[in-house]
Amino acid sequence: MSQEIRLTYREALKSAIREALLKDEKVFLMGEDVGHYGGAFAVSKGLLQEFGPDRIMDVPLSESGFTGAGIGAALAGMRPIVEIMTINFSLLAMDQIFNNAATLSHMSGGQVNVPVVIRMGCGIGRQLAAQHSHSWEPFFAHVPGLIVLSVGTHEDARGMLLSALESPDPVILFEYTSMLNLEGSIPGDAGKVDIQKAKIRREGKDLSLITYGTGVYKCLEAADLLAKEGMDVEVVDLRVLRPLEEDTFLQSVAKTHRALIVEDAWKSVSISSEVSSRIMEKAFFELDLPVERLCGVEVPIPYPKHLEDASVPQVQDIVSRVKKMLKP
Amino acid sequence: MISFKMPSLGADMEDGTLAEWRKQPGDKLTRGEIIADVETQKGLIEIEFFGEGILEKHLVSEGQKVPVGTVIALINQEDESEESPVVEIPPSSWEAPIPSSEKLSVSESKVSTPVRASVERIKISPLAKKMAEVNQVDVSVIQGTGPEGAIVKEDIERFLSSREKPEVTPPSSKIEIPEQSRPSVPHHESIRMAVAAAMSRSHREIPQYYLEKRVDMSKALDWLKEANKERPIQKRLLPVALLIKAVAKALDEVPDLNAVWENGLQRMNEIHIGFVVSLRSGGIMVPAILNADVKTVDEIMETLNDLIPRTRAFKLRSSELSQSTFTITNMGDGGADKVFGIVYPPQVGIVGFGEIREEAVVEQGMIGIRPVMDVTLAADHRATDGLIGGKFLAALNKHLQNPESL
Repeated sequence: MSQEIRLTYREALKSAIREALLKDEKVFLMGEDVGHYGGAFAVSKGLLQEFGPDRIMDVPLSESGFTGAGIGAALAGMRPIVEIMTINFSLLAMDQIFNNAATLSHMSGGQVNVPVVIRMGCGIGRQLAAQHSHSWEPFFAHVPGLIVLSVGTHEDARGMLLSALESPDPVILFEYTSMLNLEGSIPGDAGKVDIQKAKIRREGKDLSLITYGTGVYKCLEAADLLAKEGMDVEVVDLRVLRPLEEDTFLQSVAKTHRALIVEDAWKSVSISSEVSSRIMEKAFFELDLPVERLCGVEVPIPYPKHLEDASVPQVQDIVSRVKKMLKP
Repeated sequence: MISFKMPSLGADMEDGTLAEWRKQPGDKLTRGEIIADVETQKGLIEIEFFGEGILEKHLVSEGQKVPVGTVIALINQEDESEESPVVEIPPSSWEAPIPSSEKLSVSESKVSTPVRASVERIKISPLAKKMAEVNQVDVSVIQGTGPEGAIVKEDIERFLSSREKPEVTPPSSKIEIPEQSRPSVPHHESIRMAVAAAMSRSHREIPQYYLEKRVDMSKALDWLKEANKERPIQKRLLPVALLIKAVAKALDEVPDLNAVWENGLQRMNEIHIGFVVSLRSGGIMVPAILNADVKTVDEIMETLNDLIPRTRAFKLRSSELSQSTFTITNMGDGGADKVFGIVYPPQVGIVGFGEIREEAVVEQGMIGIRPVMDVTLAADHRATDGLIGGKFLAALNKHLQNPESL
């Protein structure tokens, strides 16, 4: 065991990019303002100076264009990391992602692969108002052919990109801008992580909190508060939203018999809808209570802080919902 | 409409059998009225209702055994006249508010035929259903405690653990005695088991500390002697009445011991002293002397004269069995010099009185012969520390040295 190091989520993301660039010459980073400006959120600050303009590539403001270029580079044998500044701009690149990246392996009968990694900043909680506050993981998780990962912890911020670059198929990596300055501890030798399975972040026996992304730390905090009142809840970090890994959460439910799914995304047609369905389909006879969900309120996300906070589940909401479920 | 639930008559009670409904649908209920008799391990208990209203419906029939917390009756609290103010009772969280039109139809249908749960679908969680199938449990006899009254895992587990041994033995030609016709006085074993459960829980969960103090009883006994001179034989006071009053006053001064431990120390507003009564058939029961701090010594004596015979005849009311906030165990005559109690959860303290006896006492450099009593306190160390316990014993001693002010 090496020593624990403390670092921010941003530093973890950056050190992963740096390690990838050092390890493999085929890896390069492209995106709006990633070079001279150092990245819209300063994740790639200093990398241009270290690796030069061939590997840290500023691109024009054309999401469809540069995402398509990244897919082309991947087809040609490179390992591009495409950064889409924020998820709202990804709408302009949807055609490239859904119609090209996700389909080409299938359309070519397996002759070509598209090993591109597309990172995007997303999430709610920085007062960026309705057009820049999104939890759109469900859109991408809907599409076969993509691998969709959600970076909910420092461990995954450090390791998911490295594992994603080894995938022969296109990977979408959701990073959460509200967590960039959050400090956390990881082992000094932290590196690649398993990107096929969900992970139990805390063991418990009374109820399963199933979540991803920004929900992970919120649920862990809620679990601590609940533990003080004698309720022992398990926290499952889904991590892999497509292909959704279900064994972990089904086993968790089989142990606790009660599930609450927590996510920032709007409730209808969401990740939680899918998880809830799978539990019903495959763990029905393990359920002792109806599955419950805490999701984003179905409105464009408001700008004022108090309304923004009210539009997504907070720690106290999780605590009180769990209490209501366990102690009616 | 409020849901009247099977009350808990002590930490060790898990379920109760509804022996008899004393009130029928349509009957008017006034505060403190007895609504039903419930048979528990501790005997037949009269269940009181502390509110006013009209009994709408029985949800449990006589002879049925249900877990604590099960809704056993619905009581309509609204006055018939529309104008009169209505005391609002929050409905239980699972209970949807009933629109007034529905209420109307219920009371109308009551006129024609008694409301009966006809072919009602049983709500049961998928897990509980699976468990019931595996264990061959007839779910129709189980009352659910889950959402909307659904049967959940815990209900099945409780049922399985209470399922008695006869179920396991192969069915024989032996005639089974239906539950209702069993004698209502509990077996010695069931009282024994109830005591065992409560004391095991105490020993398992409560880290207890013990304090002891010798109290000079001469002033208290002198006062009693004087007081009894003026009283007819039936009204004479026993030392125990004085002791109970002194304990209540001491608790008033040290309120941390008049409390329960449930997720932390919770002080109780009223002082109800539980008094250990040994049963002739073996075992003990702890009826409560309600509001002992505001009762006079005479009133406490009267309460004891009424309570002790009823306890021995298993004829207690629910409020007397469930509400005590502190316990006294008293050795009385011919017992031991000292008695160290075991806290009765969720209470946090128990005081033990040894036998009053004459001892040589040193006072101001002289040896004298005085009646003394050893008083002990066992208390929950999670809730209080020895300092509090010591204050309590000191306060108790102070009151016993000033019996006239009790």
